[in-house]
Amino acid sequence: MTSVLQYLFDVLSLGSLYALAALGIALIFGVMRLVNFAWGDVIAFSAFSLIVPTTDAMTTLAIGALPAPLLVVLVLLIGAALSIGMELLVFRRLRHANAATTMVAAFAVGTVVVNVLLMMHSSRPKAIDLWSGLNAPLDLWGARVPALQLVTIVVAGLLLAGLVWMLRRTRIGLEMRAAAEDFDMARMLGVRANQVILVAFGLSGALAAAVGLLMLTKTGVADIRMGGSMMLVAFVATVIGGLGSLCGAVLAGFLMGLVSTSLQAWLPMDVRPFRDALLYLAVIVLLVLRPGGLFVTSAATQRV
Amino acid sequence: MKKTFQTLLARGWDTPVLLSLSLALLCLLASLWGGAGLQRTATEILIRITVVVGLYVFIGNSGLMSFGHVSFMCVGAYGAAWLAVPPEMKAYTLTGLPQWMAQESFGALASTSLGVSLAASLALLSGLVLMRLSGIAISIASFALLAIVNVVYSNWDSVTGGTSSVVGIPTTVDVWGAWAWAVFALVLAHAHGHSCWGLQLRALREDSVAARASGVNLYAVALVAFVLSGALVGLGGSLEAQFLGVVNPDAFYLSQTFLFIAMLVVGGSASLSGAVLGVVALSLLVEVLITLEQGVTLGSTVMRLPGGTQEIALGLVMVVMLVLRPDGLLGRAEWKLPRRKF
Repeated sequence: MTSVLQYLFDVLSLGSLYALAALGIALIFGVMRLVNFAWGDVIAFSAFSLIVPTTDAMTTLAIGALPAPLLVVLVLLIGAALSIGMELLVFRRLRHANAATTMVAAFAVGTVVVNVLLMMHSSRPKAIDLWSGLNAPLDLWGARVPALQLVTIVVAGLLLAGLVWMLRRTRIGLEMRAAAEDFDMARMLGVRANQVILVAFGLSGALAAAVGLLMLTKTGVADIRMGGSMMLVAFVATVIGGLGSLCGAVLAGFLMGLVSTSLQAWLPMDVRPFRDALLYLAVIVLLVLRPGGLFVTSAATQRV
Repeated sequence: MKKTFQTLLARGWDTPVLLSLSLALLCLLASLWGGAGLQRTATEILIRITVVVGLYVFIGNSGLMSFGHVSFMCVGAYGAAWLAVPPEMKAYTLTGLPQWMAQESFGALASTSLGVSLAASLALLSGLVLMRLSGIAISIASFALLAIVNVVYSNWDSVTGGTSSVVGIPTTVDVWGAWAWAVFALVLAHAHGHSCWGLQLRALREDSVAARASGVNLYAVALVAFVLSGALVGLGGSLEAQFLGVVNPDAFYLSQTFLFIAMLVVGGSASLSGAVLGVVALSLLVEVLITLEQGVTLGSTVMRLPGGTQEIALGLVMVVMLVLRPDGLLGRAEWKLPRRKF
């Protein structure tokens, strides 16, 4: 019973992190069919904004020394600002370019961000002590669960609920859903395209910052490349969730968390290093069985 | 004689010939006046051309994006290494190789052939599955392929040495060897592009519905291009292994993938000349920036860019180029001899 509970918490906390990440990619992908490869670097940039830029091994907290609520708001704003800046400077000018071009441009933007970080902070991972007390295990009905897992689940739950509220109940949310389903049609019906896209980039950047903070609290280390693997998972979750389906992306994020945790728990020791290979093999199999993703929206199926 | 020339011209054979000759000129300059450093740079550029031309065969002709091709490079490089490493070293580092591989020594051609055949086999195997998908799903599935190959080669210790590199591969590839293989790739890519397979694939790129209505078999033509392009990229990998003398799984992952795709897209992904131009332009840009970082003497002062500027400048230049020319430098144009106007 306790091990089941423990397993459940592992799945939920990893899954909710993946779900947040998937939403960060899906918001932009849904609205403008752009795979934002620079998103992972927004995670790293937000995490590094906590400390004073230095190439020394010792780290001094900058924003990280502020009281928690102020810190969170500031870091989320930094993530959002960076993401919006990318849209204004680069992606807005590539609105009509083909998918390959925008993908490469996004990657190039990411390289610039990473190397600016590299110049300011050097390539060595930085230890940042952010709320490390949260890693102490709590006793929950016999299962030993790190408090951070609970925090991750609650934070993700709140953020998801907030987003759902925004998407369902506000005008901009309605416009965003319409744009995600059929961008051209939405524009013709009077949706302000640039505004919707700006909000999508802002939200996506803030989500990246939230993911960055959660990752940082868990590992205690900020690394320039910390966003890469998270972005890959998010990217995969967006696609298997079904293109243009925000809800599908979230569910697929949880699914990735479930499969990843289960493989880790049940694979024999010799095969365990190959866990990610099996995970990605499962992705290919899923894509072959359901090419449109798990949750296909009517707009995603192309009509002739 | 004149008629043959006209036919060749009509089939666009002047493009690969012009490209090969200008690359030969580059090699000649590098081997006559350049030092060892410049020759190495030229060899590197030629190997990259082989890889990017391989990418062009699939991505350029089909308009589908594949992030998985660098895994064929990885397979090709390790395939070549398995044969090329001298037997006495294999006994220490690559203990899991089959008997016949472990105890013999092989020449460069045999090693390259094994690398290419393994890469082509993987391309065939994965292509059978991947080509069933469409559009963005192919991109994701090819990403998954890249991750799978990287995980397997990083952990399959007995034949890949895990994340520590395989060393001791004889370095048999020089400038002219690399040139010959690059020309080989150019000729194959051009022949494919103008064959019925290539033309059908391009028709699919332009208008898949119309092409399929005219009886083009998407699955078959895409698969042919995928296998050929996998083989060429594998060839590039084998050459790189025998040029550097070292292979490491992490050298064939995300950053390489994006570098090669960037070269193709910056040059113009729908054009063979664009593939070559993209490699040359970005490689030269990197070289210039590295030189500037090391410092240039102007009169009595030494100009030096701070470290790390190279990557930032490369990223910025790529963004600016793509914003100004979203279809790449050449777009769809090919480099051709001037045609007589009728």
